[in-house]
Amino acid sequence: MSPPDLGAILFTGAFGLIMIGILGIVISTHLVRIVLSIVLLETGANLLLMLSGYRPGAAAPIIIDGVVPAAMVDPVPQALVLTAIVIGVAVQAFMMTLVLRLRSVYGTLDIRELRARLERDLAQEAGIGLPTSDDAPDVAGVGTARAQGGDA
Amino acid sequence: MRNYVSLLFVAGLAFLLFVISGQLDFGAAPMLIGQAINQAAPEQVGAANIVTSVVLGYRALDTLGELAILFTAATAGGLMLGRARAGATHDPEAGFILRTAADLLFPLLLVVGLFIIVHGHLTPGGGFQGGVILAAAFFVPLLARPGTHFDHASFAVVEGLAGATFIVIGLFGLVYGGEFLAPLLGQGEMGSLLSAGTLPLLYIAVGLKVGSELAGLMAHIAAYEAVDS
Repeated sequence: MSPPDLGAILFTGAFGLIMIGILGIVISTHLVRIVLSIVLLETGANLLLMLSGYRPGAAAPIIIDGVVPAAMVDPVPQALVLTAIVIGVAVQAFMMTLVLRLRSVYGTLDIRELRARLERDLAQEAGIGLPTSDDAPDVAGVGTARAQGGDA
Repeated sequence: MRNYVSLLFVAGLAFLLFVISGQLDFGAAPMLIGQAINQAAPEQVGAANIVTSVVLGYRALDTLGELAILFTAATAGGLMLGRARAGATHDPEAGFILRTAADLLFPLLLVVGLFIIVHGHLTPGGGFQGGVILAAAFFVPLLARPGTHFDHASFAVVEGLAGATFIVIGLFGLVYGGEFLAPLLGQGEMGSLLSAGTLPLLYIAVGLKVGSELAGLMAHIAAYEAVDS
């Protein structure tokens, strides 16, 4: 069995990060874990962008002491990722502020409880009944989540 | 059940992405613009770091847009959390090690951050990276002593001035260079500190803006009252 080539390894890393991120967003019920999953997803996307600029044996696109390297990697994905990382940090900080607000208003970060309590509050504000459906697949689960939300 | 379905979905997506990536010729150039920029940028812009030529030369308008996103995120974060009340409770002071390290690190981080910002057109680094280090310089002491006052007003002034400088340099480029954010002031000698025209000035503005915005946002988060439930 021949060793996997560099591209396969790097793509596996990028796709792995993206998959872990997506899976974390879908499966987690805790908001901070969802935020962390988004961070992982973002890292994987950035890595994928960087890989699109890869050239075999090429140097970083920087001219040192007037010596122009024979081959340089594509600078455009690097510039994109450079700004994307900082924007990512700012957006993550903003996500955390939203999480903090939710925590201080509802006292929980479990999305099932949060959804039940948000729905209850919305229904109360609008003066309508709770949204229900005869075809709801998990009536018992939603009911218990609401009951827990009411106790907390 | 939901977990199994999501696992199945993600496995399918992974399979799809691997099949697509298997068709790609890894390391071959699907985009021609990169090589063209690598050849043209040293004469056209004059920055030794070609990534900087892209960020502040060819795509400077996008960088302005990204600064706007950063500004929006920082402002929205500040709006969501608001100012701490006068008698608000805060976390206790950190231990001796973190407090001493914060005092020691502050000047070092400041120097490193400014160095990276000023040399953005010569070496890896630049306004974004250096700005984050500057923000860390102001944020680490705040972590060590959570109760200390953070001067949001002066940080807002620095932030506003930096953003205005970026746009004013861009307008000068519009008047004298014919295009918004066109590099001015000549290219100088490549590799020296004073080269690449207005690019270092733009990067200093970016660095100060990123630093003050992130420091302000993180100070808002750190000062947010701890709630007990």
